[in-house]
Amino acid sequence: METVLILGATSDIGIAIAKKFAAEKYNIQLAARKPAQLEAVQSDLKIRYNVECTLHAFDALQYHTHSLFFDSLIPKPDVTISIFGIMDEEDEAFESWNLTQRMIDTNYTGAVSVLNIAAKFYIKRKSGTIIGISSVAGDRGRASKMIYGSSKAAFNAYLSALRNKCYDDNVHVMTVKPGFVYTRMTENMTLPKLLTSTPDEVAGAVFNSFEKKRNVIYIKWFWRYIMLIIKNIPEFQFKKMKL
Amino acid sequence: MKKNIGNWGNYPVIESNEESFVFNEQLDVLIKEEQPFIPRGNGRCYGDASLAERTISMLKYDKILSFDTQQGVFECQSGITLDQVLTVIVPAGWFLPVTPGTKFITIGGALGSDVHGKNHHIDGSISNHVIDFDLVLASGDTVTCSPGSYPDLFEATFGGMGLTGVITRVKFKLKKIETSLIRQKQIKAANLQELIGLFDQYKDYTYSVAWIDCLKKGKHFGRSILMLGEHATLAEIPENDRKDPLKLPKNKQIVFPFNLPSWFLNSFTVKAFNLLFYTKNFKKEINNVVSYEPFFYPLDAVLHWNRMYGKSGFVQYQFVLPLNARDGLIEILHRISDEGLGSFLAVLKVFGKQDSMISFPKEGYTLALDFPVREGLLNFLDELDKLVLKYHGRLYMSKDARMKPGMLVAGYPDLEKFKQIIKKYNPEGKIRSVQSDRLLLTAGN
Repeated sequence: METVLILGATSDIGIAIAKKFAAEKYNIQLAARKPAQLEAVQSDLKIRYNVECTLHAFDALQYHTHSLFFDSLIPKPDVTISIFGIMDEEDEAFESWNLTQRMIDTNYTGAVSVLNIAAKFYIKRKSGTIIGISSVAGDRGRASKMIYGSSKAAFNAYLSALRNKCYDDNVHVMTVKPGFVYTRMTENMTLPKLLTSTPDEVAGAVFNSFEKKRNVIYIKWFWRYIMLIIKNIPEFQFKKMKL
Repeated sequence: MKKNIGNWGNYPVIESNEESFVFNEQLDVLIKEEQPFIPRGNGRCYGDASLAERTISMLKYDKILSFDTQQGVFECQSGITLDQVLTVIVPAGWFLPVTPGTKFITIGGALGSDVHGKNHHIDGSISNHVIDFDLVLASGDTVTCSPGSYPDLFEATFGGMGLTGVITRVKFKLKKIETSLIRQKQIKAANLQELIGLFDQYKDYTYSVAWIDCLKKGKHFGRSILMLGEHATLAEIPENDRKDPLKLPKNKQIVFPFNLPSWFLNSFTVKAFNLLFYTKNFKKEINNVVSYEPFFYPLDAVLHWNRMYGKSGFVQYQFVLPLNARDGLIEILHRISDEGLGSFLAVLKVFGKQDSMISFPKEGYTLALDFPVREGLLNFLDELDKLVLKYHGRLYMSKDARMKPGMLVAGYPDLEKFKQIIKKYNPEGKIRSVQSDRLLLTAGN
């Protein structure tokens, strides 16, 4: 049985993805800042799906611990999925460098730090899959998601480069760009029903695309076209828009 | 998120600020917020018991914590639905000790309503099978409740409609089964007298319930089908099924696609439906082996069947009368039949003995009926209330959307004790619902 490592497993999407892979008979390694929180998820996956599930402490911002963290994983995961990320209030982040830096360091620097380590391992082994959960917000910088969007844009570029770099070594990298998702993070927003997916839908799409070795996926097909339009608005026009 | 919510009867519908949580720490934060709230499961109670301006959804708090497959003890978070529990326990040779007519309720909701099933006369309600549970009180403190620890809260939480606190962890005993199939017997009864005789004759069956056509008058008044069942043993099932005797039923769900216009259900269509239902059983008696799904959850096969009653919704009226009040049963059924307000389903069941503070079941006959909401219904139900009281009966709070506080007082002799417990553990009415306010159960009333 293969093993999946989930980085940022306390999020609604993280739990849904863990559940989906467990249902498909993968052993699960859940990593989060407070792994004790995940004890109930651990027992749940073991009992429901009869798979192995272990808990691991992982802090995206403690870069120097990432090597040790990855070394300590037994067995080594066959699939590494990076889900963690924070989305602070943009106006507050603009006022506070601490918030801005924390968002960039988590969403980009932290992800690069840990995924580099996984990638080096997979390149050496000549097999493995890395999945990065990014966002449509990374497709074009907008005022309403300035820091979050730019950190995800950088993450998108990194994943694309990594896919390119690892290709010859039989390591696959998949970029996932969800649009709106109903999670605790978005509970207080009014989201357009048609454009919004549930964490279970995200998990299902991630698993199916993983099996098909897709490169870049949007959750719900029309997001690809919505973002295509947004990406193609000329800058002289785009700069005047409120998106 | 602010949204309009209603429970299964779609009556009433109110705007509510719904919040959810996955981890205990998140629940602690939600409970400490100032605005009062009611915990809410899958919204399958019928009326307003889990409605409030602020609701805490338990649905993401749905993890399985332990399952002892030798002893049949199951421990889980309260937001898990029975549907999910069944998919895990049935293949391991266990079944729910008690189940209501839908599997789409949460375990927390099952305790809050102290649900009963077709086996109440043998196994009692769900409270009989719970070992212990954790409750987060209005103060934010978590206590473990069992017969030996906080016995007052342990008792008051069963049927307490969520008002004692937020049920978080539940540990309960399961029932051993050899197969996932049910050996069922269906018997047609030409009238109510015959049906009551049959209930008596077959009282040793673990599961029993009857569907009554309550629009039929004259000598066929109370014409009905009695449904009996036992978990089938390995020897009782067809050869083909013995290879995999504990298999789960296939998912065959259809979705009721839209709200029917409210004129659709009239005495003509309901009579036609009831006639079909009665005559589909050609023979006087049918004996067969079926999956547990159609036996326990016939209506779950149609998702959103409540849309049949249209946008204005429906009220389910469920009462229990003592065993010696058969006349009352007849009088009430006559009253309903005369009024012709069109109850689609009338379900009759015999309850066994039960002593409890605020739970609905007590020894006697319980009848449940659906009434589409239309003009004059509420007055009519007030009249039925008077009949129920005349025969020393009471109503089920999980179905209720309209009873007056006096009806609750008259039906539940230990209500004052329950109110004292609420006063002690939920003193400011931090946990409150539209129903608890209407029935004067929470502070400020």
